[in-house]
Amino acid sequence: MIVGNRKEFKEIVEMLGSNRRVLLLGCNECVTVCGVGGEKEVGVLASELRIHWKTAGETFEVREHTLERQCDYEYIDQVRSFVGDYDVILSMACGAGVQYVAEAYRTKLVMPAVNTTFLGVTLEQGVWSERCQGCGACILDMTGGVCPIARCAKSLMNGPCGGSSEGKCEVDREVDCGWQLIIDRLTELGQLDRYEDIMPVKDWRSSREAGPRKRIREDLKL
Amino acid sequence: MRLSYPSNVKVIKVPCTGRVDILLILHAFEKGVDGVYLAGCMEGECHFLRGNLRAKQRVQYVKGLLEEVGLGGDRVEMFNMSASQGQRFAQVAQEMTERVRSLGPSPVRGGLRDDSR
Amino acid sequence: MKTNSKIEKIWESGGFIVTSECGPPRGADGDVVRRKGEFLRGVVDGVNVTDNQTSVVRMSSLSACVILKGMGLEPILQMVCRDRNRIALQSDILGAAALGINNVLCLSGDHQKFGDHPQGKNVYDIDSVQLIQTVCRMRDEGKFLGGDEIKGKPVIFIGAAENPFADPFEIRAARLGKKVKAGCQFIQTQCIYNLEKFSRWMEMVCDRGLHEKCAILAGVTPMKSVGMARYMKNNVPGMDVPDDMIERMKGTPKEKQAEEGIKICVESIEKLKEIPGVRGIHIMAIEWEEKVAEIVKAAGLLPRPEV
Repeated sequence: MIVGNRKEFKEIVEMLGSNRRVLLLGCNECVTVCGVGGEKEVGVLASELRIHWKTAGETFEVREHTLERQCDYEYIDQVRSFVGDYDVILSMACGAGVQYVAEAYRTKLVMPAVNTTFLGVTLEQGVWSERCQGCGACILDMTGGVCPIARCAKSLMNGPCGGSSEGKCEVDREVDCGWQLIIDRLTELGQLDRYEDIMPVKDWRSSREAGPRKRIREDLKL
Repeated sequence: MRLSYPSNVKVIKVPCTGRVDILLILHAFEKGVDGVYLAGCMEGECHFLRGNLRAKQRVQYVKGLLEEVGLGGDRVEMFNMSASQGQRFAQVAQEMTERVRSLGPSPVRGGLRDDSR
Repeated sequence: MKTNSKIEKIWESGGFIVTSECGPPRGADGDVVRRKGEFLRGVVDGVNVTDNQTSVVRMSSLSACVILKGMGLEPILQMVCRDRNRIALQSDILGAAALGINNVLCLSGDHQKFGDHPQGKNVYDIDSVQLIQTVCRMRDEGKFLGGDEIKGKPVIFIGAAENPFADPFEIRAARLGKKVKAGCQFIQTQCIYNLEKFSRWMEMVCDRGLHEKCAILAGVTPMKSVGMARYMKNNVPGMDVPDDMIERMKGTPKEKQAEEGIKICVESIEKLKEIPGVRGIHIMAIEWEEKVAEIVKAAGLLPRPEV
């Protein structure tokens, strides 16, 4: 899923500025799974804003609404009838959702309450970890199912570097060395001989490096 | 036991402190309550196994939220006691009341924030 | 293809190679480079110039190499993959060759989090193994990575680094194997304090016959103090400093510690010379370049051959 972190409360308050009528939009998918922008988190942020503004003696209105997701127009459209009552749409979805809401309500201020970070998995309840960088040219079959682009801090194709120590990355002792993981897996799979092959340079054209990307399936278009 | 405890402590009974949600606590503060505390079973003796441990983690989280909004984390607390400890119940009620009293009334209740600070 | 590299010539003649390092300054004063270069004149066969080492901004490696070349020394251009993409790397190789730089050392590069600009992006378009392959292809096939022909092939001797003390130990010789397969002709290792572990690594390396295809230069760094020894043990990734070395430094009175550090360094060199497959020494006397001459002399490695 897409994972993010909620912005600091101070930052959100500053971002809202003098806007006091807020439609707080949550999303029922990725951000719910990683506990950052679902119905519950919408409730918490709404409560915090109310406490903050009540303390300041301000008049305000915070409406809580959670959409199924914010990356499909049909769902975003569901708030069209009451969006006009608010100054700001504060979205707790990932960056894609926030932008799509902004595209749907062009004359409305749309702001992000979440810093979208990575594509990842749930290691255990409460802990999520990065797994994929969306490079567009997946080589997981060659590396024992561990991605060197996402899980090596230097995205080395022929790692590990000299900074790998006790299975951890030089960048952070809490972070696994991606290449240690690859080597371990190749060993478990009896494929360690693959390590001897030199992985060729990556063609980054399939990644974000070549510019914003699009995917089209003609057969699905109406 | 007929021990007295401060009258400003309003007791809300729940089957287990594990039932207490973050939003429940936040909504209380939204309404202007000055302090909230949870009284749960002793650790390791929860009737529902780990409910009081979940409550403990949630109270910690809410402390952080209260700091964020300027109310201060000391207004919420987790206490543990066994059902038979009437003395402890009264003592905790006293302790928390005194703490909240020294913190002052919640700035939420109709209060205007001092913008010159 | 034979290059004009002094290191290659000594390697071909079966001699023992001595190289050292020069860290460029954090400013635009070329004289700093000249002063360091003077300490190394006649004492070593080649001088590495580091490339924004530890991700700290310094005068560029290529420019400092040119200064050293102008003094009659043999520079080794270090190139990291952290800061430049394949276009810039190939471009700099052409430039280096045009300026008469005969040696390049291909490295991944320390992550930017260690340096003075941790906020920056890194590049890592290609990695060190692929860089070796690229330079080799440019020189031997006269082709850019993208396939186009090069008019004026860069003639350059290709090196890399390897760390016998990084994990996982079991593949470190295999990794060197990859570099040699890619075209690497000499390597310098991370500085060695744990000679036992280094010997084991050399055994694995010799088992694969890599010592015959590639000149292996054992890295050494003299300790200035017990504080430095401890720092290296605890704070530098991929560094293996045995406890008895710390004890030895600790047991020496403070004013004698630097001298003891030099002594340990010379003793290490004596032992490393005896390890099969070791074809040279790389002395990294960081900010202590003035001691290199003393170390080389005490290790019986003077005079250096005229090639």
